[in-house]
Amino acid sequence: MDNSESDSSALQAVAGNGLLHRRIFLTRGAALLGATGLGLLTPKLATAQTLPELSNVPGAALSEYGTRSVFEDSVKRNNILSYPGTTGSGGSWTPLESLEGIITPSALHFERHHSGIPAINPDTHQLLIHGLVKRPLLFSMDALCRYPMVSRIQFIECSGNSRVGWAPEPVQKSSGGLHGLLSCSEWTGVPLSILLDEAGVDPKANWILAEGADSAAMTRSVPLAKAMDDTLIAVYQNGEKLRPSNGYPIRLFLPGYEGNASVKWLRRIKVTAGPTMTRDETAEYTDTRPDGSSLMFTFPMEVKSIITAPSLGRPMQGAGLYEISGLAWSGAGKIARVDVSVDGGRTWGQAALSEPVLDKAFTRFRAAWRWNGGPAIIMSRAIDESGAVQPSREQFIASKGLKRDYHYNAIQNWKVAPNGKVSNVYA
Amino acid sequence: MLKYLILFGMFGLALLLLPVTQADEGPDLGPNLGKEATPEQIATWDISIAPDGEGLPNGSGTAIEGKVVYAISCLSCHGREGSGSLNNRLVGGHGSMSGSTPIKTVGSYWPYATTVFDYIRRAMPYNLSGTLTNEETYAVTAYLLFLNGIIDEDEIMDAQTLPQVQMPNRGNFVLAYPDNPDP
Repeated sequence: MDNSESDSSALQAVAGNGLLHRRIFLTRGAALLGATGLGLLTPKLATAQTLPELSNVPGAALSEYGTRSVFEDSVKRNNILSYPGTTGSGGSWTPLESLEGIITPSALHFERHHSGIPAINPDTHQLLIHGLVKRPLLFSMDALCRYPMVSRIQFIECSGNSRVGWAPEPVQKSSGGLHGLLSCSEWTGVPLSILLDEAGVDPKANWILAEGADSAAMTRSVPLAKAMDDTLIAVYQNGEKLRPSNGYPIRLFLPGYEGNASVKWLRRIKVTAGPTMTRDETAEYTDTRPDGSSLMFTFPMEVKSIITAPSLGRPMQGAGLYEISGLAWSGAGKIARVDVSVDGGRTWGQAALSEPVLDKAFTRFRAAWRWNGGPAIIMSRAIDESGAVQPSREQFIASKGLKRDYHYNAIQNWKVAPNGKVSNVYA
Repeated sequence: MLKYLILFGMFGLALLLLPVTQADEGPDLGPNLGKEATPEQIATWDISIAPDGEGLPNGSGTAIEGKVVYAISCLSCHGREGSGSLNNRLVGGHGSMSGSTPIKTVGSYWPYATTVFDYIRRAMPYNLSGTLTNEETYAVTAYLLFLNGIIDEDEIMDAQTLPQVQMPNRGNFVLAYPDNPDP
C-alpha cells in the first residue's frame, strides 16, 4: 500500500467539526500526527528547551514495596464522603481523568463500604457454604488457595455511579468525579461453581445468599445460575492479594453485575430456594419507576461510555490535532463499537477500540480530532455485542423517569469553550 | 465436574492430580478441602432471616418495649420517632412513592417486615452492631412498625407474627430477575 495515500486518507474528516477517521490509529497517520509537532493531547513542549540536568549522585535506595513518583501525588480518589457521624460508610471515586489504559491501580480502585473496612486475619478467616446442599462445608484460606484459579480482567461499577446525571442542572466535576464509582482490575480466584459442586447443590435451590464479615454483615441474594456460571471467590487483584478496601482476604466477584452484589470480606454463602430479601436488595438497590412501582434485582450494568480526555480538568491547549480518549464497558459482554461526535451529536464517527477488547471489561477507545478552536460539544456512544446502544440523556429519562437512583447509563456531553475550558452540559 | 477437569487441564496438571478413571460422581473429583460444618457451627453463623420467617429466633417484643430500646440505641442517629436526624428517616412518607418526590422509609417502601428484624440484628446500632438481644430486636422492630401505623402498640412481634405483617408497599415491587419485565 502506498503510505502517503493511506496517510492522507487517515487524516480525512469522518464527521462534522473536524473528527478524523479512526484509520489514523492503524496506519502511519498516527506517526504523522506526532510529526506535526502538535501531538495527541500531550502538553505543549516548553518553548525554551533545555537538556535535563543529569544527576551525578546516586539515587534513592531499593525498597520492599514500591511507591509512585512524588510528582504524581495529586492523583487521588476523590469525592470521599461518609454518612454523618461515620468515617467508613460511604464512597470514594476513582480519578478516571488521570488514568490511561484499562487497568485501575488497586490503590485507586473506587470504594463503597457500608460499615467501614474490617481488619481480617486470613489465618482465622473461613468461608461457610451451607443451606440447600448435601454437605455444608467450611473452607480455610489455606484450603481455598489450593484450588485451581482463573484470572479475568473485568470492571466493577457501583449501581449508583453517575447518578448526578439526574440532577436538574449539570454537575461540574471531572470524569472521575461524575463516573468514578467504577474501576477495572485483573481478578484471580476460585470459581464458585467448583465449591458448590463439592457441597452438592439441592435441585430445589435457585439462589444463594452472600454475607460479608464487615460490621454491617452486608448481604445480597444472587441467582444460583450466576453463581454456577462465571462467579469467582476472588483472592487476588492485579496480581497481589485483595486490598482490605476490596474485601481482603476474599470477596465475591460477579462479572457485569452491579457492584454491591459482589460482597466483600465474604464469610458465608447460603444456598436457598428464593431470594432472602435483604435490606440492600429491597430498601436500597432498587429502581423506582415513574408510576411508583420499583424493580428488584436489576443486576447487570448497562452499556456505557465516557470521554476521559479532554474532560473537565483536562482542558484543550489551543487549536490543533488532539486524541480523544475514553472508556466503554457493558455488563452484557464485549463492546462492539463506540461512536464519537464533536458537534453535539449531529454527526458521528466510529472510534478506534484499543486492544484488548474483553468481556465485561473496560475498553479504551480513541478518536482523532482536528480542533479549530471554536466551541464544540463532544460525546461518546457505546454499543455492546448484545446490540444494546447507550441512550442519550433525553431518551434515558423519557424511558426510566426521574425517581431512580441507580443504573444511570446515559451519554454525557463535554462542552469545549474557545479558551479550551471543558464543562459538563446536557445539550 | 467437567469444568473442574478442564481447569486443571489448563494448568497442565491433569495427569498429575486427576484419577481420571474414577467413576464416582461427586466431591471425590474436586480437591475436596472443605471441612464438613456441624449443625452447631451453622447455627452460630446463620443469622439471615427469609421473608417467610425462616431463621427468626425465639423471643418477642412490643412497640411499648421497643420505644425504650429505640431511645437508648437508635434515637441519636434516626431522630425522635424515626423522623430522621443524622441519618435515615425510618417513619412516614406513606403514599409518596407515586408522587414526584418519593420518601423511602420502612413504612413507605420496605416490602418485608422480616427484613427489618434481619437488618437491625446484623447491622445496628451502627457503632455496636450485633449487641441487641433478640427480645430487644423484636421490640424495636415492633416500635418502627407501630410508628408507621402498620401494627398496634401492644401487638406482640415474634417468629410467628412478624412474617404475617403486611407491609403497605409490598405489592409495588416487581422482580427484574428472573421475570425481566420492561424497564
